[in-house]
Formats: sequence, C-alpha cells, structure tokens
Amino acid sequence: MKKVKVKKYKPGKLKRRENLMGYVFVLPWLIGILGLVLYPLIQSFNFSLNNIIMLPSGRVMQFIGIDNYTRIFLKDPTFILDLKSYITETIIAVPVIVAFALIIAMLLNGKIRGRGFFRMIFFLPVIIASGPVMTQLVDQDAATIPMLNLTMIQQMLNQYLPGFLAEGISSIFSNMITLLWYSGVQILIFLAALQKIDTSLYEAAKIDGGSAWECFWKITLPTIKPMLLLNAVYTVISLSNNDQNSLITLIYTTMLSATGGYGYASAMAWCYSIIVTVIVAVFALIIMGRKDIYERRAKKYRREVKKQERLARKIRKRGLKNEQRNAKKAA
Amino acid sequence: MNSVTQKKQRNKLPSYKGAWKDKTKKFIFGSKEKEGAGKQIVVYILLISIGFVYLYPLLYMISKSFMPLNDLLDTSINWLPSKFYLDNYRQALKSMNYAKALKDSIIIAGVPTLVNIIVCAFVGYGFARYEFKGKKLMLGLLIFSFIIPPQATMMPTYVFYNDIGLLNSLKAFIIPALLGQGLKAQIFILIYYQFFRQVPQALIEAAKIDGAGHFKSFFRIAIPSAGPAILVVFLFSIVWYWNESYLTQLYVVGAFAKSSSWTSLIVSLKTFETSYNTSRAAAGSSMVDINESIKMAGTMLSILPLLIMYLIFQRQFVESVDRTGITGE
Repeated sequence: MKKVKVKKYKPGKLKRRENLMGYVFVLPWLIGILGLVLYPLIQSFNFSLNNIIMLPSGRVMQFIGIDNYTRIFLKDPTFILDLKSYITETIIAVPVIVAFALIIAMLLNGKIRGRGFFRMIFFLPVIIASGPVMTQLVDQDAATIPMLNLTMIQQMLNQYLPGFLAEGISSIFSNMITLLWYSGVQILIFLAALQKIDTSLYEAAKIDGGSAWECFWKITLPTIKPMLLLNAVYTVISLSNNDQNSLITLIYTTMLSATGGYGYASAMAWCYSIIVTVIVAVFALIIMGRKDIYERRAKKYRREVKKQERLARKIRKRGLKNEQRNAKKAA
Repeated sequence: MNSVTQKKQRNKLPSYKGAWKDKTKKFIFGSKEKEGAGKQIVVYILLISIGFVYLYPLLYMISKSFMPLNDLLDTSINWLPSKFYLDNYRQALKSMNYAKALKDSIIIAGVPTLVNIIVCAFVGYGFARYEFKGKKLMLGLLIFSFIIPPQATMMPTYVFYNDIGLLNSLKAFIIPALLGQGLKAQIFILIYYQFFRQVPQALIEAAKIDGAGHFKSFFRIAIPSAGPAILVVFLFSIVWYWNESYLTQLYVVGAFAKSSSWTSLIVSLKTFETSYNTSRAAAGSSMVDINESIKMAGTMLSILPLLIMYLIFQRQFVESVDRTGITGE
C-alpha cells in the first residue's frame, strides 16, 4: 500500500478570493457554534466550579473549586447509582441493537416480497417514539414482549451470572421493545449499505466455494464496517439523549431544585458528557481498531516483501564480497 | 408430438435412487443458484414475528384506548373491547385542550423547521462549494457538537436566554435555528453537504459566466435542484421538533410558568395525569377517574398527527437514508 503523493492543487488568486465567500456562507453557523456551543460549554465548566445562589436581585456565584465534583462522587448516592446502571445498560444495549439491526437488514436484503411494507413497520418507531410516549407505554407494561416468561429468565440469569451482568441482561429482556424501537434508523442505514455491496463479489466467492457464513464474515462485514461504527455511535448518542434516561432526568431536576442549583447540575452534566464521550470512543476503538482479514493479510504480505528484499540485499552483498575475494585471490 | 414426449421425459429425468429425496432437500434448503422454499419461509416467519413485536405497543395502545372501564377490569377481555367506546377520547381531548395544543405543536415544530431548511442549506452549500482555510476543523467541530450531550450546555444557555429575555417564547427555538444550531441541525447540514457536493460544478460555473453572483447561483441553481434533500430535512426536522419534550418544556413552555401561553401535544402528554386531574376537579362528576384507557387515548391522540404524516410520506421517510448519501459514494 504505497501512498501516492498527489501534488497539492493550489488555487489561483481569483479562486482564492472566491473561496472567501465560503466564510460568508458558513458565518451563521460559525457564530452559532461559538456562541451557543463552545461558549456555554466553557461557561458550564465555570458554573460547575461555583456555588450558584439565586437571589431576588440576581445570581450570586461563589467560587468553591472542585467541591461540586467531590459532592457528586462522595456524598450524593443517586448520581453514582444511576451512572452505574446507565453504563452497564448502554454497554450491553448498543451491541444488541446494532446486531439486531444488522440481522433485520440482512433478512430484508434478500428477495423479499413486501420489503417496502416491512421497512415501513421497522421505521415507524422512529416517528412516534418520543420520551413521554415511551413513558406511558412502559408504565402500561406494553414494552415487554408478550408471552415471554420474564421471571424465569431473570431467575436463570441470577443463578448463572454475576450480579451486575444479570441485572443488565434482564433489563434488556424487560425492555426488549424499547430497545427494538430504537433501532429503526440503524436498520435503514445497514440496508442501504448492504444494497450497495457489489453482487459480483458474492458470485466470485460462491464460485470459489465459499459458504454463506464465510461470505458474511469475509465480504459483508468488512464492507459495512464504517456503517457499523456510524450505527454504534448513533445508538450511543440516541440512548444517552433520550428522556427514558434517568441521568438526564436527574440533571434536569437538580438544576431546578433547591438543594442542587445550576452549579451542581453543571458538574453533573460535565461528568455525564465526559462519560458519554468515553463510551463513544471505546466503541469506535473496538470497531475501527480491529483489523479485518484483508488488512491483516496485506500487512503480512508487506512484511513478507520486506523480508525478501532484505534477503536479496544480503545475497547481493555476499555476492559482492565473494567477487572481491575472488578478485583478490586472482591477483 | 415429439417435443411433448421429450418434455415428459425431461420431467421424469431424475430417476436414480433417492432422487425424490434430493429434490425435496433442494426445495427446502435451496441450492447454490436458488434459495430454498424452507429458508424463505423461515425468513418470512421471522420478519412477521419481529414486525408483530414492533407493532405490539401500538396495537396494544389502540385496543386499550377503546375499552370502557368494565373491559379493563374484566380479565377475559384481552384485545377486542366489548363495544366501540369513544368516551375515553372525548375526555382526553377535553383535558389536553387538544385544539390549542395541536395548533401550538404545529407552530412550535413548523417555524423552526422552516428556518432549519433554509439556514442548513446555506451552511451546507458553503461547506460543499468552497474550499477555504479551516474547513476540516469546522467539519470536525460540527461532528463534535453532535456528540456532546445537550445537557452540558443546557444550564448556561438557559441562563443566557433568561438574561436576554428569550425564554418562554418561540424565539428560544428560532434563534438557535437561525444560527445553524437547531435541534440536530448538524445532521441536516451534513445531509445538505453531501447533496450539494453532487451538484455538478459546471452548472454553477455556467451560471457564473452568465453573470450570476454567489447568492444568485445558490438561490437559483442549488436550491431548486435540492428538492429531495429539502424534503428529507423537512420531514425529520418536524418529527424531531414535535417529539422534543425537554427543551420545549424548558425554553418555550417554561418550567416555572404554570399558566404559560405555549403548550405542545408532547408536553401536555407528559403532564397528562396532573392536567387531567385538575380539569376533572373543575368539571365535577361529568368526568370519570383517570384510568389506563384514558391515558392510552391521550397517548394515541398526541402521536396521531405524526402517524397520519407518516402514512402519507412513508416512502420519502424510508428512502431518506438512501438519499442522504450517508453510506458513502
């Protein structure tokens, strides 16, 4: 894989002047991101270092250093508990949702009559699944799969798995429909990606005697790897930002409560954002860090080529030496 | 005549021992060329059962919302109500103040959506058409602003809006949308970005030769050709604004203001129980005590406009993902 160096295309003066117009077009967004994203982000960090008291005359900020953070982790039990359950749930739910979306997309990808109808059904939740609607449905126990013996599954899980894992998995079973409902967009993304894979690849593999299983691991999966990453990230974000999430509710109520206040809530929000970012990064590393079979093979091949080159050089050197020696002998 | 006998012979051709068994096997499991019927049946069964699980909450909601109280208590009634009972809907309508909430919802979702359509197109065009310094960094910032949870910026934004008097009015949604920071505007900018990159440069150059300026070529060439992208942005933006309950409650409806002038269907669903109880206290004995059926009727009512929209535009919704070019070129 030799990188071909492309000579950098340098725009002329006219072009450059024209490109300045780009700033004009992007300007509203630029103001927006500075004023409504970056500035509040810094300001919220500033808030988190202060104790903010609301007085009739206005806000009073008292600098208290990292007290808010120590309070979260040492004194307040609710945040830590919610955080723990959020992390386990997310780490278990994301692979489940992504795998499930991939399976459905692959089922739909075959020659299926009424594909449009099924796609419509699977995409429907994206339209209607908002926080309050989900809350109502969960309250009514409409979010569990009917005819599924939940208590038995929970007992079995509790018997064979360590506590925190069993809790996470059983929460998946009891919220199965909620999880399924969050996979509408992912299914469509996978389906669009699957339909773009060149069918001649599969034909070639079939001629070489590859089974469907091998085709999946060696053609489908490597091709849609970027989509895998996209879907994982999308799932993490949509799980972290929806109303069902108890942490978000906690931050929201803390912000308006008497004991919490803006400062404390900001500290919580910062911890939360950092953890979300870490989770996204972890999934990105897991998916993109894993080299697939072609990359591995290419690396092996490169190593082999290098080895042979070294060998060839060695032989040449030895040959040269021998020649010199022979020449000396002859002399 | 001859050909008919040949055909008959051909049909009889696999006459070796166990041919019949092989044939059925082929029929069920399929061969390398053709998918087997058994496999297809399994796929259909899987799809239909998963589809049922998907629709289950919706069906449950519809069936429950038509049940009178007696049917709820009767354990022998599972799905079909004993009679078509509309009173639940009537009472939910009354307590939600439906007509006003619907009108407000349409405005709250509609106006920022229109702003989003125009501003995101503008910004997306800027990113797609021009090569300027710091573009990569800006695109990185765009994605970064999508990843950070809105909670991280919520408090200072709230304080800021409060200070400049944007709270409890629609301006709190319109101004961020004007600055390209509306709800999930990052996705829309990326959609437009992908779309405008595919508009042939020659078209714009031709317009330039004919004397069109930058803005003119944007409004006269880029925008008219961006129909599919605009439709996608419109549909998703309206759905997301419609379904957003936190920010609507915080910025537009007002968290403290009880008698605020704005409300929306989703927010009124969130506070359904309390508002129902207050309106029941006001109405006296004409309204029954709240029960599951009424709650389900309220939920149904709040998603009904979206459902109707989905039924009309379902093709556009489902094909949107293909159109955005999110799967790469």
